[in-house]
Amino acid sequence: MAIVFGKTKGLTDVEFHYCPGCTHGIIHRLVAEIIEELDVIGDAIGMASVGCSGLNYDYFSCDMQQCAHGRAPAVATGAKRYLPDSVVFTYQGDGDLASIGTAEAVHVAHRGELITTIFVNNAIYGMTGGQMAPTTLIGQRATTCQDGRSAKQAGNPLRMAEIMATIEGAAFVERVSVDSPANVRKAKKAIKKAFECQLQGKGYSFVEVLSTCPTNWAMTPVDALEWLRENMIPYYPLGNLRDPWKE
Amino acid sequence: MAKMLMKGNEAVAQAAIRAGCDAFFGYPITPQNEVPEYLSRELPKAGGVFVQAESEVAAINMVYGAAGAGARVMTSSSSPGISLKQEGISYIAGAELPAVIVNMVRGGSGLGSIQASQCDYYQATRGGGNGDYRTLVYAPANVQEAADLVMEAFDVADYYRNPVVVLGDGMIGQMMEPVEFRERSKRKLKEKTWAASGTKGKREHNVINSLRLDPEELEVLNDKLQAKYEMMEKDEARCEMYKMENPEIVFVAYGTTSRIVKNAIDLLEAEGITAGLIRPITLYPFPKKAFDEIPETAKGIIGVEMSEGQIMDDIEISNKGRFPTRFYGRAGGVIPKPKEIVDVAKSMIGGGR
Repeated sequence: MAIVFGKTKGLTDVEFHYCPGCTHGIIHRLVAEIIEELDVIGDAIGMASVGCSGLNYDYFSCDMQQCAHGRAPAVATGAKRYLPDSVVFTYQGDGDLASIGTAEAVHVAHRGELITTIFVNNAIYGMTGGQMAPTTLIGQRATTCQDGRSAKQAGNPLRMAEIMATIEGAAFVERVSVDSPANVRKAKKAIKKAFECQLQGKGYSFVEVLSTCPTNWAMTPVDALEWLRENMIPYYPLGNLRDPWKE
Repeated sequence: MAKMLMKGNEAVAQAAIRAGCDAFFGYPITPQNEVPEYLSRELPKAGGVFVQAESEVAAINMVYGAAGAGARVMTSSSSPGISLKQEGISYIAGAELPAVIVNMVRGGSGLGSIQASQCDYYQATRGGGNGDYRTLVYAPANVQEAADLVMEAFDVADYYRNPVVVLGDGMIGQMMEPVEFRERSKRKLKEKTWAASGTKGKREHNVINSLRLDPEELEVLNDKLQAKYEMMEKDEARCEMYKMENPEIVFVAYGTTSRIVKNAIDLLEAEGITAGLIRPITLYPFPKKAFDEIPETAKGIIGVEMSEGQIMDDIEISNKGRFPTRFYGRAGGVIPKPKEIVDVAKSMIGGGR
């Protein structure tokens, strides 16, 4: 019998540890499929960060390096500058990139490093058990803002894609979501373009992916997807902010 | 090759190039700025990579990334900057990567001063960051030795897959002395088959990592690191024994301070008092065995350091209670004078000689 569909070679056979309904799994698969489609698994070096996705060094089949909290863009810079023919990506959550790692996140773009960042925004700290993130929405409950985030006490949520789009070295910036099959397909297109941006030497590429955390949001997976659509997308609008092929 | 007159920091930078440094990542801080300045100009000409990072934190993580990809890599900084690098150094040690870290020490604590000091002894020799790790620490006493030890540090880092610190001070970094870049004896090094440099479809993926969620596995890693440090203790401890045949006073000092102590030894000799010096060249591993060779003529040991006495712990451990000990130091960037050291020696001997 002919095989018409198989698991991507970009992933190992190690089972994911993610909670039921978490969308990290979808995003992992998209990244893995793309590095396979672009035939760069053998040249890729992935930078795992600290947070729920911190163990993905076991999941991606390319070479991987685990990084300190927030530092993946700097680690990626070291590897990419030494091996300019490699294909380097960071995979970071919102605590990692938008809080502790803002300096590294901004400056990897500022230098226009030929690196791709997959930024997973689920508006909460997942791994440590549901604390407030810089991306937590106003009114959203977390274990460190139990009555809901207030702007007066904690400021307003950071829009990282918009910040990135102000930096000259960030050649490709797009925000996507994985809440529906249609949006998953759009996300895959954006992630592919981000890697192509790197391969064509156009500059730094950044894809923000809106993601769910049913466990720490205390919702069913279906409700979590609905909550993402109703609450996150209005504040974090989807779409392309920078495209090197259009400018 | 002819001798050249060079600033310590520039000699360190040139030594790195000659040792085959592939990449340097740094951030400006006084008194080590000539290292990144020199390498920004010269390293790319030699085919290497130079990046001025956005912070010391980023610089050491770039070191971690390049080392993980298989590079021979160096960073340099000075005390407050080295404090910021400790997180990265701990990761480098935990992930078993080679790297060379130069610290041109300045006075502390906090922002301290920009003058020469030796107040980072504890931080350098006790690990510095979180965890059960150590870094091998070289302490050059002149510009020539700084150049020699930097070259050696790259090999030693690769050999042990462990970070190596070259602990200078503001004086070593800033002064000019003649230096010659000599052919060095190279260590036999294994190929870096562990590097995360791309599988090229020819092997299973390599993972550079210090995380072990299973406590049993983390203990295995820690035991493995410990075995390396035991090997270093056995094979790498190094010191200079100066006038140690029959001293009444034994000084222990390293780096800039050891040179001032040598002046003090001459002054004492002129007054008929014999004194010698144990000069540690490695601070970790500390040259403990040298203390077993101190002859019975000795009436006491004096540690001299530009600090409040951090070296005394290692002196006490190595002395095993054989001789009385004392400390003399100046802190905050003040340089001790030979006369002050002579007076301490005389008071230790006692009597009116």
